[in-house]
Amino acid sequence: MLKVNDINVYYGAIHAIKGVSFQVSEGEVVTLIGANGAGKSTILNTVCGLLRSRTGSVEFLGKNLASLPAHKIVELGMAHVPEGRRIFQQMTVEENLEMGAYTQARSTIEPGLERVYGQFPRLKERRRQVAGTLSGGEQQMLAMGRGLMSGPRLLMLDEPSMGLAPILVEQIFDIIRQLHQAGVTILLVEQNAQMALSVADRGYVLETGKIVATGAGADLLRDETVKKAYLGG
Amino acid sequence: MEFLSYLISGISLGSVYAIIALGYTMVYGIAKMLNFAHGDVIMVGGYVSFCAVSYLGLPGWLSVVLAMAVCTALGVVIEGLAYKPLRQATSLAVLITAIGVSYFLQNAAQLIWGASPKGYTPLIPTTNAQGEPNTLRLFGGQLSISYISLFTMGACIVIMVLLTLFTNRTKLGKAMRACSEDKGAAQLMGINVNATISLTFAIGSALAAVAGGLLCSFTTSLMPTTGSMPGIKAFTAAVFGGIGSIPGAFLGGILLGVIESLAKAYISTQLANAILFAVLIIVLLVKPSGLLGKYVPEKV
Repeated sequence: MLKVNDINVYYGAIHAIKGVSFQVSEGEVVTLIGANGAGKSTILNTVCGLLRSRTGSVEFLGKNLASLPAHKIVELGMAHVPEGRRIFQQMTVEENLEMGAYTQARSTIEPGLERVYGQFPRLKERRRQVAGTLSGGEQQMLAMGRGLMSGPRLLMLDEPSMGLAPILVEQIFDIIRQLHQAGVTILLVEQNAQMALSVADRGYVLETGKIVATGAGADLLRDETVKKAYLGG
Repeated sequence: MEFLSYLISGISLGSVYAIIALGYTMVYGIAKMLNFAHGDVIMVGGYVSFCAVSYLGLPGWLSVVLAMAVCTALGVVIEGLAYKPLRQATSLAVLITAIGVSYFLQNAAQLIWGASPKGYTPLIPTTNAQGEPNTLRLFGGQLSISYISLFTMGACIVIMVLLTLFTNRTKLGKAMRACSEDKGAAQLMGINVNATISLTFAIGSALAAVAGGLLCSFTTSLMPTTGSMPGIKAFTAAVFGGIGSIPGAFLGGILLGVIESLAKAYISTQLANAILFAVLIIVLLVKPSGLLGKYVPEKV
């Protein structure tokens, strides 16, 4: 479904991503783990078109994304829930969700809201509230709900557990499991390697812009080097 | 009664400022830039309307419609040629470019229409065919309000209401608000940010054309620099009300017009502008975000 082939991304003179290749198949949950600054978010931003690679290619559903602007890539069925949530703080919860369905026909908004409110009942209670007044966990739910509004083929989640209390982290990962069971393809970027690997079918370990290990989620969880580096021994 | 009459003339002048300020504030809200050429788009709108009436013999209202079309196109072209290439540049570079565009428009107008003032026929003539003044008389003739003043206030309210409905109720309007908050996130929603910015310039410039017709109806003359002072005052109004806020621009514009009118009447005509800007400085000292400036809650 998603094929990333030998991408190199620079921030000015800084070579942030050095020849990374990976792929995600239909229905899979794939995770990219690695320390802060390893380049996880940069990879997602390159896939969704906010950043550009100097080499290689990004293919989604058999289409090369090189010449497509970010807003066109969304239309193909990719949703990106960015790091730090980036919900529209001054808009209401419902308006945020409507923006998530921006590329979709008006008729899909009602059933979409229905679906997302089913998934996140809390958002329904707060639908008329301005999003900036939500708690951190609610904001993360809103960001994920907003991503799901377009009914994406591929959902990319960037650090969904960041800054959340452990109980909320559990909740977010439960939702990821549910989405997985419902057949949504997910590319998950996490610093919380333990959690990420436990829900993922496969994982890639990233270190300073390079992939250093890959394998099934369960195998990586048991891998000694991965354990040492990311799972606290 | 005298006071009331000054107040009303202030409100109608303020309505013109408000219409201009709405253009300023919308563009600032979305492109995060001060479009200092906005005032000169007003001037271009005035000239287009003037030419349509003088050379084509069109009625006043149609000349303004034509001016709106020309200014809309002009606004989109300015944005595309001058500002779009600077999207990643520092805000200082964009600001200087905007000042450059402003001088360009003024000098282009001088080249086309000459430096001497042109007489502008008010959209609603001051007198009717019988030679009676076109005014609404109240209190047995003690208070008279010209129809053009009434029309200006009405136009301002209609524009304000329409803009509010547009940004709050329509999909495009909401996309505009999304862009003004976070362009990257808006792109991730599938919103075409560049197209949205162009649309904002189109709306702002169309409003500038309306303001041009109304402004020239009050001043009844037109020069290449006609737009600059009202442009600066409307910018002041936008900051005064809280830049980026549509109701703020409306409120700021009206207040500024009233202050100017009362200062002229009761203090000094020469000092009116100084008083106006002094009030702005005081407001900004007390409330830096302007009267209705947005308080942005941030939670992590």
